[in-house]
Amino acid sequence: MLQTRVIPVLLLRNNELVKTTQFKKDKYVGDPINAIKIFNDKEVDELIVLDIDASKNNTEPNYELIESFASECFMPICYGGGVKTLEQMKKIFRLGIEKISINTGNLESYDLVKEAIETFGAQSIVLSIDIKKSLFGSYYIYNHAKKRKAKQTLDQYLDDIDKLGVGELFINSVDNDGMQKGYDLQLIKKVESKVSMPLVVCGGASSLDDFKTVKDNCKVSGLAAGSFFVFHGPFNAVLISYPKYQDLRTLFGE
Amino acid sequence: MVVIIDYGMGNLGSVRNMLKKLGYKSIITSDKDEILNAQRIILPGVGSFDKAMNNLKELNLIEVLNKKVLEEKTPILGICLGMQLLTNGSEEGKEKGLGYIDAFAHKFNFETKDKELPIPHMGWNITTLNENKSFNTTEEEYRFYFVHSFAVTCNNPDEILFETKYGYNFVSAFQKDNILGAQFHPEKSHKFGMQFFKNFLENS
Repeated sequence: MLQTRVIPVLLLRNNELVKTTQFKKDKYVGDPINAIKIFNDKEVDELIVLDIDASKNNTEPNYELIESFASECFMPICYGGGVKTLEQMKKIFRLGIEKISINTGNLESYDLVKEAIETFGAQSIVLSIDIKKSLFGSYYIYNHAKKRKAKQTLDQYLDDIDKLGVGELFINSVDNDGMQKGYDLQLIKKVESKVSMPLVVCGGASSLDDFKTVKDNCKVSGLAAGSFFVFHGPFNAVLISYPKYQDLRTLFGE
Repeated sequence: MVVIIDYGMGNLGSVRNMLKKLGYKSIITSDKDEILNAQRIILPGVGSFDKAMNNLKELNLIEVLNKKVLEEKTPILGICLGMQLLTNGSEEGKEKGLGYIDAFAHKFNFETKDKELPIPHMGWNITTLNENKSFNTTEEEYRFYFVHSFAVTCNNPDEILFETKYGYNFVSAFQKDNILGAQFHPEKSHKFGMQFFKNFLENS
């Protein structure tokens, strides 16, 4: 049967790899091509690479960089960050990227995603949402480029996304990001019941147990993480790692 | 020369990258003469069935493919949507497929609501080899990366090469004479994909 995917998420800032904490403070991790080569050698299931400034700064994707890491990978890569036009998407796919993630690009208007699905097929488009918890304990969508709440409620947005029919939904907990205290189970349970497409979750993973907890309690297709794969030890020393294939199968009982 | 057909759909760069890694040169083209000279043909594909068939028609590629595949028996590998194009057709569209293999693509349909699984089938899944078929293996178990919402059934069980289970069994690879189809993406399946390509490139 289909195996649960375990997916490293790499964040690009000024063409370097960084890791954030709650979407703020960032720590330098290293050279992206190097890290990606290592992940490829470790035969990771898939990679997500996100340019975290592109949307805010309205910059064009770095095609040269994308081409160099796409050529190093014999597993699927999902690329995201400030993608706003079909032309950009066409270029990115041609370079050897399998999926493109759209986040803030879908908050004001659904047109881009609709056209992208028409042109490239739903399986190539990932809808990404950053989610925060308010002081009153309710979840809301966070537009990280504009640093403000999105106009849709989370429930409304999930309904809309399910209707749009994207290939995959990626949710990221801003509050748990980089905190290494586990995933936000409450959030995942809330989202999983509302969508019919594959769901990938991110934010807070610190151990294999965290992966297992989500898998045992929720219906997810993929478990994504940042810190877990690039840091090691109490002082967050940079170390690129990935669990062994057999260990993951045993962990998930697959 | 290995020719990767460029009909405007598919991850051509990734296929070429893996071939390069395996030491094989390839060209990405829609030029009829170059296709006529091909020793091996790869038909990739990502997107929708009708658009793909229409693109092939508009580029006038169907005749040359028929000549190469049916007359000259040039080995051809269809990947993902490319595999589905080699069949009689798909529920996804109205166009007829190339009809090289007696098979058809159906949308994943899980009998009851409680048996429903997310669509598309996305991620790594195991393939089981048909005992009656040959495939050079180096690993005990084979897994590949799948991304698709439509799955193939073969009318001739002898043409099934691999089966995979997602709710139920479907044909994840078929093979008949010079025609090979893979529902998964070997170019994105690490060493397993490389071994699959090797089988295609090295067998006569």
